[in-house]
Amino acid sequence: MKALYFAWVRERIGLAEEEIAPPREVVTVRELIEWLSARDEGYAAAFANPATIRAALDKTHAGPDAPIGAAREIAFFPPMTGG
Amino acid sequence: MAPQPTPAVRVQAEDFDLGREQALLTRGRRDIGALVSFLGLCRDEDGALEALELEHYPGMAEAEIRRVADEALERWPLQGLTVIHRFGRIQPGEQIVLVLAAARHRADAFAAAAFLMDFLKTRAPFWKKERRADGASGDWVSAKSEDEAAADRWR
Repeated sequence: MKALYFAWVRERIGLAEEEIAPPREVVTVRELIEWLSARDEGYAAAFANPATIRAALDKTHAGPDAPIGAAREIAFFPPMTGG
Repeated sequence: MAPQPTPAVRVQAEDFDLGREQALLTRGRRDIGALVSFLGLCRDEDGALEALELEHYPGMAEAEIRRVADEALERWPLQGLTVIHRFGRIQPGEQIVLVLAAARHRADAFAAAAFLMDFLKTRAPFWKKERRADGASGDWVSAKSEDEAAADRWR
């Protein structure tokens, strides 16, 4: 699946997007965050405070317990500050 | 019941013209009694801001604004709805966001415009980064709990 990162999540990870292939036991958004956090310090820093992370599955907001299912795209970003 | 209007939703780098957007919404209409417009501007409070860089999630920004607009149409009998949100570099004094809500009566137009702005702030995927006038690299604007509370009052 494609992973997208925005704002300071993107800056800390150092990537705007990448292909990821999480193992089968990664079922929820929360578990995907934990799996990504274990990759290196950048990911760990980006996801250090899960309360400040928002996620979207196929361009729709998704909570931490949402199953990733067959989503083709997941995005991680801070709370939004538009308007 | 008249069929629901289709909201006009645009996410763009270019500036927009309030008068032109109002004219587009009201052209040829005789049934609109109230038009409420909200214009959000880039604000510099202490002379230290050079510009805001607005990052957005292409595709989702439009989709999410459209979801909020559809929700407004479910809640209030509106005659028309326009939402424009800019991205990219925006300097103090420039326009960032426009909401136009047209209805038969003012109460519906006021409420729908306020609802749209409250939900855009907390749900539309945009992020502001400050560029400081002194050349120092600025920070990401943090989300305000007041904005969450403003959105919650509609639940």
